[in-house]
Amino acid sequence: MKGGKIQLGHGSGGRMMNELIHNLFRRHFANPELDPLDDGAILPDPGGRLAFATDSFVVDPLFFPGGNIGDLAVNGTVNDLCMCGSRPLWLSAGFIIEEGMEYDDLEIIVGSMAGAAAAAGIRIVTGDTKVVEHGQADRLFINTSGIGVIDHDFTLGSRHLEPGDRLILSGTIGDHGIAVLSRRSHLGFSTPLLSDTAGLQELAALLLQSCGGALHAMRDPTRGGVAALCNEFARSAGVEIRLEETALPVRPEVAAACELLGLDSLYIANEGKLVAAVAAGAAEKALKALQSHPLGRKASIIGEVKKGEAGLVAMRTALGGWRVVDMPAGELLPRIC
Amino acid sequence: MNLAPFRDPAIAARLLEEIHAAQSRPLVIMETCGGQTHALLRLGLDQLLPRGLELVHGPGCPVCVTPVALIDQAIALAGRPEVILATFGDMMRVPGSASTLFEARSAGGDVRMVYSALDALELAQSNPEREVVFFAIGFETTAPGSAQAAMQARSANTGNFSLLSAHVLVPPAVRFLLHSPENRVQGYLAAGHACAVLGWEPYENLAAEFHVPIVVTGFEAVDLLRGILRVVQLLEANEARVENAYERVVRWEGNPRARAGMEQVFRICDREWRGIGLIPASGLTLQPEYTAWDAQEKFGPPAAAQTAAGVCISGLVLQGLKKPTACPAFGRECTPAHPLGAPMVSGEGACAAYYTYQRMPGGRE
Repeated sequence: MKGGKIQLGHGSGGRMMNELIHNLFRRHFANPELDPLDDGAILPDPGGRLAFATDSFVVDPLFFPGGNIGDLAVNGTVNDLCMCGSRPLWLSAGFIIEEGMEYDDLEIIVGSMAGAAAAAGIRIVTGDTKVVEHGQADRLFINTSGIGVIDHDFTLGSRHLEPGDRLILSGTIGDHGIAVLSRRSHLGFSTPLLSDTAGLQELAALLLQSCGGALHAMRDPTRGGVAALCNEFARSAGVEIRLEETALPVRPEVAAACELLGLDSLYIANEGKLVAAVAAGAAEKALKALQSHPLGRKASIIGEVKKGEAGLVAMRTALGGWRVVDMPAGELLPRIC
Repeated sequence: MNLAPFRDPAIAARLLEEIHAAQSRPLVIMETCGGQTHALLRLGLDQLLPRGLELVHGPGCPVCVTPVALIDQAIALAGRPEVILATFGDMMRVPGSASTLFEARSAGGDVRMVYSALDALELAQSNPEREVVFFAIGFETTAPGSAQAAMQARSANTGNFSLLSAHVLVPPAVRFLLHSPENRVQGYLAAGHACAVLGWEPYENLAAEFHVPIVVTGFEAVDLLRGILRVVQLLEANEARVENAYERVVRWEGNPRARAGMEQVFRICDREWRGIGLIPASGLTLQPEYTAWDAQEKFGPPAAAQTAAGVCISGLVLQGLKKPTACPAFGRECTPAHPLGAPMVSGEGACAAYYTYQRMPGGRE
């Protein structure tokens, strides 16, 4: 298959599909739950409450600085599971492939998925492949769904934010969105910036260990960025959120690209960051725990939860004035995840 | 360019102190450009200025002032099977008389968002079987780009490319507002980026004729505060002249090359400004040598727009006569997701700036 192209036959259920599954997916993903290749995976009882999450990935381009759609598809669902406070265990992977896609590209992507899954300690246990006619998809779409087990007895969630909670961001914002945009040929700018795509399982575990029940919610600021996340938090818990602009870590390259394109880094997608709401008394401990990890070096307390005006996100600007940080209006940038 | 010094909170705080110290009486200043309006509200600067210093927001939002008839024409062109209608993203959601370019796209029209006129030209060159119409909006800032695309289309003999020009000029609009019997603006912040092309010569006559100080002003916190400080100082000294507080970008003569390009491709015409009315000699239309690249020559003139009277007060907002929050529809029937008027749509519209940054009941401590 090396050097070849994916054909309609690779999704037809016959011999070609069988070869693809054996030579590609099973070879990279091999694990005891997947190996029988039955219609579904049979899983052991993990012994706790479960978290279940799904996400679809349609990023353009498939390969971007710092990653590709494969790592993104694994990390995206792993991170959703981690944000629920669960330990990710199993993943499904559905592939919708456009006829004519290069086999070698697909293999690189599948290899990246296997690498990201191993790093996150998750197994890809079931999957599906469809091939659609040329023009009916854009090279490759991937859906992943995952299951994780919750090892503690409290429940995390945006509705559990309480006045006084501190919001902690694990690192710089906007890296992924700007790295992907830089590869869109027509935008005419280039940057050494890499996507931040990464699994958040270790950061999430550090927060759970250091805060326990003082950790009220976690979420990863993907599409819509930190701005959308804070608005969802504020609406869900019926609280006001106040951010400090000077506390937001932004790389100079991201700031410069935002300047050029007229974008606001608060709204740009991230794929390896989290925002945690932590009771005030545990905030410093949580911050230190994050900063002890390479992915959390630049972690920062970015704001505070107030009773205030339910659903409002306000930010004190660097100059000392206040502005609203609104929910993004609708169509954002083109496909970045 | 390192912008850090122009955003430095310490420098900004010092300028704010100077403004507070310089002002002795109530003053009304207009920032002409929507980019400045957005920056002021995004930075929260409006809350930090002296209470007696009122900033009113001017008409410098290109999509806001684009006449309904031209938007309707763009929507109609987008509906033609051979046409690819290309324009800036901001234009997509601006309501015409019955719909928007976004809706035209959902209805099957081929509407593309581009970042520059040259991107639209490229689109024409890579789709030779289609007709690419670039809906050219904007002030002196974007007109040179449109001119360059037209010149390149001409030299490359690209016949399937044309411009639907809605370009407008800032100084005639300032003159129009100064002439208005309702004018209460005492000093102006001229739009820095537009002046980078035209220079500030056109403002010298206005300053003298209407006895108003005009200060060429940029868009960062320190730029804005320096511009405001100079206008306040000139007003306090009763001096009416043009000064440049955006020295790193603007020269007196502007950018002669960009201007020459504009003059080669465009000639000045009267233009209807949405919500404001006809402003003499304020628009740009294509020169006779460029009729082959003029969408209105190719496809015919626009139909008359049917404008229904509604609650929207965007015309008054664009002239600085009302604040967006004075509109009964603001934040209720009219939001960025469902705009009744263009200023609620655009990244440069005053209503959108208030909605986005200052929809905050009461003050914060």
